[in-house]
Amino acid sequence: MQAVISVVGRDKVGILKDVATKCADHNVNVIDVSQTVLQDMFTMIMLVDISNIDVKFGDFSAEMESYGSEIGMQIRAMHEDIFNSMHRI
Amino acid sequence: MFNTKDILETIHMISDEHLDIRTVTMGISLLDCADSDIDKTCEKVYKKITTKAKDLVSVCNEIEREYGIPIINKRISVTPIAMVVASSGGDPVKIAKTLQRCADEVGVNFIGGYSALVQKGFSAGDRELIESIPEALSVTNNICASVNIGSSKAGINLDAVALMGKIIRQSAELTADRNCIGPAKLVVLCNAPEDNPFMAGAFHGVGEPDCVINVGVSGPGVVKTALEKVRELDITAVAELIKKTAFKITRMGQLVAQEASRRLGVPFGIVDLSLAPTPAIGDSVAHILEEIDLSQCGSAGTTAALALLNDAVKKGGVMASSRVGGLSGAFIPVTEDAGMIAAATNGTLSIEKLEAMTAVCSVGLDMIVIPGDTPADVISAIIADEAAIGMANFKTTAARLIPAIGKKVGDTLSFGGLLGEGPVMPVSTASPLKFISRGGHIPAPLQSLKN
Repeated sequence: MQAVISVVGRDKVGILKDVATKCADHNVNVIDVSQTVLQDMFTMIMLVDISNIDVKFGDFSAEMESYGSEIGMQIRAMHEDIFNSMHRI
Repeated sequence: MFNTKDILETIHMISDEHLDIRTVTMGISLLDCADSDIDKTCEKVYKKITTKAKDLVSVCNEIEREYGIPIINKRISVTPIAMVVASSGGDPVKIAKTLQRCADEVGVNFIGGYSALVQKGFSAGDRELIESIPEALSVTNNICASVNIGSSKAGINLDAVALMGKIIRQSAELTADRNCIGPAKLVVLCNAPEDNPFMAGAFHGVGEPDCVINVGVSGPGVVKTALEKVRELDITAVAELIKKTAFKITRMGQLVAQEASRRLGVPFGIVDLSLAPTPAIGDSVAHILEEIDLSQCGSAGTTAALALLNDAVKKGGVMASSRVGGLSGAFIPVTEDAGMIAAATNGTLSIEKLEAMTAVCSVGLDMIVIPGDTPADVISAIIADEAAIGMANFKTTAARLIPAIGKKVGDTLSFGGLLGEGPVMPVSTASPLKFISRGGHIPAPLQSLKN
C-alpha cells in the first residue's frame, strides 16, 4: 500500500530530512522523491510505502499536517488511490 | 511514480477550488419498523437507525483523513414516513422527533424521508403526514420533508398540489421567528428519484435494499477554474473540457462510495453526478455559466449554456462510476449560489427564467425566496407549473419555495451556512385560485406522438 506526501511552502534547509525522519519514525518507507523550487516555493512529492506503518494512516496524515503548520508549510499525506482513481482509467 | 502535475492538480482542486464530496448518505429501510402502536414504531425506528448508522460519521471522518478529500455532509435517508405511519396511525410528529434523536445520537447533518408519495392519490398515512409537516419541521432541526405530487406515468395530483401550497405557507409562518427555515427543509417533487442522496428530497425508496450507501459529489469551482484557463475555446471544446473535468470529480465520488461501503459493510448504491454549489465564492454554478461568457446568469442564452453544462456533466460522470443515479445534473438553488444570489438581486435572474432553466437541468425551482404575503394558491400554481415541466419531459423537477413572512421584494432572507441567503423575488400576483381549487388529476402525458 502506498501513499503520496506532498510538501509545499517556502524552501528551507533540512525539510527533506525532517519529513523523511517523520516517515522513519512510523516505519513508513520512502520509495521515490521529486522536488522542484519555483520562485522560492518549494514543492516536494514523496511516494511512500505504508504497508508496515505503526499507526493508523489517518493519524499519520493528521500528524504530518500539523507538523506542516508548525513549520509554516503545507504537508499532506494522501492515500495513493485518490490519484489512481482520478488520473488513471 | 505518479506524474507531479497530476498530483498537484488534485491537491489544487481540493485546497483552492472547493472540490469535495458533498454528501455520503446512508439509505435505511424502515419498513420492518412499522408497528400497530406508534410508540413501539418510534422505539424500533430509533434502534434501527442508531444501529445501522452508528459508524457512519466516524468512517467518513476516517476516509476524509486518509484520502485528504473533505466530506461535507453525512446524512441518512429513510423510507417515506407516511408508509410507516400507515401501519401505526397516531401523530406522525412523534416519528419526526424520534428521527431528530437519531440524528443527534449518530451525529449526521440531516435525515431525509419525512415524506409521502401521493402522485396518484392519498393512501393511509399520507394526508396525516403531510398535514403534520409544518409542526414536524418546526420542532426539529435536522429533518427534511418531501412530497411527490406527480410523475410522468401517473400525472399530477392537483389536490395534493393545492394542499402543498398551504403546507408551505404554514411551515413558513410557524418558523417566521427563525428566518422561515421550515420550508427550506421541504421540497415538492415530480418524478422523485428513490436513491437521491441530496436534501431536502432524499428518501429511501421501497425498491431499495435494506441499507445502502449513496454519494453525491460536487465541484463547480473545479469546472470554472478549468474553463478559465482556456477562454479561447469554441463551445464544442468547452463541452469536452467539462466532460473531462466531471469525469475526474466523479471518480473521486466513486472511490469514496466504494470505500465507505466496504468499511461500513453496506452495499454501494449510486453516485449522484451532481454539480452542487455552495454560497462560498468560487463554488458557484452561475459563475460557470458566466465563464462560458454569459454576461450574467439569467441573461438570454442561460438556458442553452445550462443545457450544455448539464449534459456534459452527465456524459463525463457516467463513465467514471459503475452505478449512477439520484438527481444527477447541475443544481441551481438560488440562495446557495453566490452567482445566482447576485443575479437575482440585480434582477437579471427571474423566477420565470429559472423555470425555463429547470427544463434542462437537475431538480427545479430550488431555494427561492418569495414575498411573505404570497397566497397559498399562487405557491400551488408555481408547484403545478414546475411539476408539469417534469411530467412532460420525463425528468425530476421540484419546488422548494420559501415565503419570507413579513418581507417583500427588495428585502433579503438569510439562513446562514450552506443554505445561504437570497433576495425576495417577485412572483406574478394574478390569481390562479380557481384553477388550483378545481382539484382532480392532470392526466399523464402520451408516450408517443412526441413533438
